[in-house]
Amino acid sequence: MDRLAIIEGAALLGQPDTLAALEMAGRGGVFEATEDVRIALTGAPMRASLDDTKLVWGASHALPKGARLSIGAVTEGTYGYLHIGGGFDTPLELGARGAHLAAGIGTRIQGGQRLPVGPDVSGETGLRVAVDARFTGGTIHIVPSLQTEFFPEAEIERFQATAFRRDARGNRMGVPLLQDGAHFQSAAGLSVVSEVVVPGDIQITGDGTPFVLLAECQTTGGYPRIGSVLPTDLPRVAQAPPGTTLQFRFVSLDEAVAIETRERKRRMDLRKSITPLIRRPDTIPDLLSYNLISGVIAGDSPS
Amino acid sequence: MDTAWPAIRTAGFDGFVVSFGDALTEPANRAALAFRDALEASGLEGVEEISSSLVSAFLRFDPLSGLSHADMQAALQALLDKRDWYEAPLPRGRRLWRVPAVIGGDAAPQFSEAAAAAGYSEAEAVASIARQRVRVQTIGFSPGVPYLGQLSPEWDIPRRKKLNPQVPAGSLCVAIRQLIVFSVAMPTGWTHIGQTALNLFRPASDTPFLVRSGDEFQFRPVSPAELADLQDAPDGGATHEPLP
Repeated sequence: MDRLAIIEGAALLGQPDTLAALEMAGRGGVFEATEDVRIALTGAPMRASLDDTKLVWGASHALPKGARLSIGAVTEGTYGYLHIGGGFDTPLELGARGAHLAAGIGTRIQGGQRLPVGPDVSGETGLRVAVDARFTGGTIHIVPSLQTEFFPEAEIERFQATAFRRDARGNRMGVPLLQDGAHFQSAAGLSVVSEVVVPGDIQITGDGTPFVLLAECQTTGGYPRIGSVLPTDLPRVAQAPPGTTLQFRFVSLDEAVAIETRERKRRMDLRKSITPLIRRPDTIPDLLSYNLISGVIAGDSPS
Repeated sequence: MDTAWPAIRTAGFDGFVVSFGDALTEPANRAALAFRDALEASGLEGVEEISSSLVSAFLRFDPLSGLSHADMQAALQALLDKRDWYEAPLPRGRRLWRVPAVIGGDAAPQFSEAAAAAGYSEAEAVASIARQRVRVQTIGFSPGVPYLGQLSPEWDIPRRKKLNPQVPAGSLCVAIRQLIVFSVAMPTGWTHIGQTALNLFRPASDTPFLVRSGDEFQFRPVSPAELADLQDAPDGGATHEPLP
């Protein structure tokens, strides 16, 4: 749901962003490592602790064998992510490890389940990534979609002027948007031919409610779509908690290319924004086991 | 709308849709399937996904990898100009599926609404559905789900104003002269008129989708008790034979 969170986790652990991470909707769970592993926590911040020590979100940590990682409820946003050094090495299904629950691909992780882990390539932990705050709604850039032209100019203007509230009924398929004005109307009606749907499309369902389609959306659909959210802004929609305000603004395809280019560059440079977590000595339970004097960092280590 | 067909349009930020009409017709459907196959065979660079829907072919690419939207549009236009796609033949290896289905009854209470909308008694509506041979015009919505058409004109009933929150796996639904059989439980705006025992999506199989675009379907009305007996039968009691 939040691809940026996957990229942030990969940057923190210094590994490819194609490795699998665990997505947690609303709240996490209790995890125990059967080997020493490294973890990173990204996406919507959740209350997390390692045994009795509070863990910083948006950072990487060492999870020693036998330690208990507790991840509680979100404090902001909707989807949190647990990454592990080497990635979760679950069996491939249709060439991937992701879940599309609505389509019957993959499954939810259950309590008591053991998750295999791939080989880890690095040992570095205690790092923090510059987080792009995207957990409180805001303005979303959209481009025209296949049926945008079916909507009268006045409806397009009203759509952009409306402050929508994210409905609590949202899920991985999409989120309905609430507003107090009249329902949105198009000239397309309810009998247009079913066309390809892409994540980010905003369909106007039969009762006039806009619905932003997300990662688990259908592949085709017949409800007219007023616009399509830029990939860069989709995490902001997915992460918006129920009740938060979302507004939409049309941009041209050229503007969209410029926005996406900027964001891709920022994401590629994320590894440069990794900084050490500043740790207060009184929060380190095994302080005396650290070599406090002769620590050095290789000057040529990749930044 | 006074669009000229075929039309090339963007879909989202990184997709193109090449459409052969704004309504489902037999030639537009054949054109979409043939153009999809031609796109796959063309080896266009930078392409990340190719698929087709009822009257369109879809292509997704990376607009930031050096190939601009204008470049891709030109490449698609060049391929379009190569032939009259409306004249293209149907895919090869098509099959006729005979599919047992409970039409109407307690499990599909919306059937009476659909029958009335088509101007039929319930018995006439069952007979009408069972009589018609429909073709898989696309696989879509959810993995392995066939859009089947085209039914006779009286079945041109619009999608529902209010979504059905969920219809079960194997359910048979109708709208706009088409039938759908769902592979998994799904919300839908189509009217739920019956139930099959088909298992359309088998992710662990070498052929995850049971049916293909171009295959044809004929439904055989059965009782709820007969369908219950077929739940564990291969392909839910459906049989298939090659079409010429």
